[in-house]
Amino acid sequence: MSDLAAPMDATAVTMAGVNKWFGAFHVLRDIDLTVARKERIVICGPSGSGKSTLIRCINRLEEHQTGRIVVDGIELTSDLRSIDAVRADVGMVFQQFNLFPHLTVLENCTLAQIWVRGRPKAQAEEVAMQYLKRVRIPEQANKYPAQLSGGQQQRVAIARALCMNPKIMLFDEPTSALDPEMIKEVLDTIRSLAEDGMTMLIVTHEMGFARQVADRIIFMDEGQIVEANRPEEFFSNPRHERTKRFLSQIL
Amino acid sequence: MSAAFVRMETLPPRPAPFAATGITGWFARRLFATPGDIAMTLIGFAAFVLIALPMFRFLVFDAVWTGENRDACLNASGACWPFVAAKFNQFVYGFYPYEELWRPNLVFAIGAVLLIPLLIPSAPLKRLNAILFFGVYPIAGFVLLTGGNLDPQRFVIGRFVRIPESFDIGAIARVIGVDHLDLRSRWGFRGTFWLDFIASAIVLSAAVAVIARLFGTRFTTSLKAMAIVFGALALLIVPVDADFGLRWVETREWGGLLVTLVVAITGIVAALPIGVLLALGRRSQMRLVRWASVAFIEFWRGVPLITVLFFATYMLPLFLPGGANIERLVRALIGVALFSGAYMAEVVRGGLAAVPKHQYESAAALGLGYWKTMYLVVLPQALTSVIPGIVNNFIGLFKDTTLVQIVAILDLLGQVRAAFSDPNWASPTTLYTGFAFAGMIYFVFCFAMSRYSLFLERRAGKSVLRMEAERR
Repeated sequence: MSDLAAPMDATAVTMAGVNKWFGAFHVLRDIDLTVARKERIVICGPSGSGKSTLIRCINRLEEHQTGRIVVDGIELTSDLRSIDAVRADVGMVFQQFNLFPHLTVLENCTLAQIWVRGRPKAQAEEVAMQYLKRVRIPEQANKYPAQLSGGQQQRVAIARALCMNPKIMLFDEPTSALDPEMIKEVLDTIRSLAEDGMTMLIVTHEMGFARQVADRIIFMDEGQIVEANRPEEFFSNPRHERTKRFLSQIL
Repeated sequence: MSAAFVRMETLPPRPAPFAATGITGWFARRLFATPGDIAMTLIGFAAFVLIALPMFRFLVFDAVWTGENRDACLNASGACWPFVAAKFNQFVYGFYPYEELWRPNLVFAIGAVLLIPLLIPSAPLKRLNAILFFGVYPIAGFVLLTGGNLDPQRFVIGRFVRIPESFDIGAIARVIGVDHLDLRSRWGFRGTFWLDFIASAIVLSAAVAVIARLFGTRFTTSLKAMAIVFGALALLIVPVDADFGLRWVETREWGGLLVTLVVAITGIVAALPIGVLLALGRRSQMRLVRWASVAFIEFWRGVPLITVLFFATYMLPLFLPGGANIERLVRALIGVALFSGAYMAEVVRGGLAAVPKHQYESAAALGLGYWKTMYLVVLPQALTSVIPGIVNNFIGLFKDTTLVQIVAILDLLGQVRAAFSDPNWASPTTLYTGFAFAGMIYFVFCFAMSRYSLFLERRAGKSVLRMEAERR
């Protein structure tokens, strides 16, 4: 297993023989996945195939039972300190935005900077404004999440994660809860991140978007990685029967 | 019309139709719109005439307003207000010595000055204000009301080792460079106690550091923690040990509204942190913590407050080791605080259950640990969602303080009832007047709390909407 830790510089995430069960249900089966730095991976597949569970294992919102997961050189074990260290460096964006409703947009973005990174408030606000500009909503800084549209909330959620200067970003169906006319503004934000070389794992059903940004597309079914390929190949020449059926249904 | 339709112009908004306006319209719509409404209006009007009017007559029109003793009220059919005026000091302070009344008055005044800005959300310096109210005020209030100068004899080591009585505080003063302060004769600090305190602090800190080292905590970390603990203890003990030249007033002499407020405010201020800790404990992943919390909560909820007070007053001294004599009022206060804390725990637990799971997840995903997640993300949402329940508990507690009468502590109501036995004021309406007065005082406090809770709810209303929006 020494090869896991060795190429630390080039590797962002390594999953080796990862298995997970929800009760008796075998949700992840022998997952092997290596994500290079600056690599952009899109994970797709039918619902219940384990896509979300897979990326939630990377910041240990879900605990895996067997196998190894190494994130940025730190192996995820039950050691709380290593978990918090990984979480501080891995940003996550959820389907339901999950902003803190009792805090303003600005406070949402400064909270973890102040309490996890230990930044002074003024500096944290400066960083927050910088990323709110980046997602093009600096003028909403003093509003509460409920006063924003879904698309705006999701962009705040992205800015909140970016404020921690993460090395890896996880997106768990970031556009699935949005009205159609708001999907584009969120995808554009993610696309601009991709262009800046952020390491990203994105669970999404937006196949057009996947084709544009992904370096590699991973198709999952029944808790397994069924097929992984460059986007051109994946869409034009799917090899597995299951992939072909999936693509024919959604395209 | 054909199947295709294209709107050529946008319709302008129009005002909503109004069925009726003005006073008559209001009456017609609100009071007499349906047969049911008419019946309700008549019942309400009858209740007003039958209940409110006679009460008003008793309290105001037929009341006696001036007089020196019972003669003024003998033939009255209304309230006997001179009775309340004559007994007013007793109702407020009990038998607190007359020449020392400035002390409770000062405590009331400081309390009001600190509490009012604390309750106004836009007032500045919230943090300082909270520290003063929750940290400094209880100690200052204690010293002012009792007189302080507790003059403790022993700390920890002194219980096992005899420290020579001849030890002079001056030696400590010289070491820390405050020997010009005249610690013993002017401030009444006792050398044996403070030597004991310092020695105990050093020994206990070292012991804890060594034990913590075995579990992998660094010496400096645990020594820093112990320094904070003993520093806080010293800050607590110094003011209550110091001799400010105030006369000692035993709690037996306290009474009336003073006792009611002391018991209620202690209970209210202690209930919330105790309740939050118990509620978190009850939802903890750690089995031992969870069971202990459940056992504690269920024990206190299963026992009537009267029993708790009886136990604290009459039975606890039997179990405590000899010499450990906790003051009577303090025992009642501890009982009330633990009792109300257990009730509060269940209210807070309801609030915690209402915070969606994804809030915990997004806090965790940002690297926030358990306590920070609770303090920064979960509790602010949980507590605002149960403001009505929390204030409901506070109001219940405020009125439950009357139960301290059972252990011979005279609160406002107890003091009022005690005054009934004064033959100077025996009249047909003395009893009703006293109860009406006590009722009005309780009502003012409880109603104020209720209105403040409504204000807070309305302020948090946006936040509730926010939570709804998030949950969609």
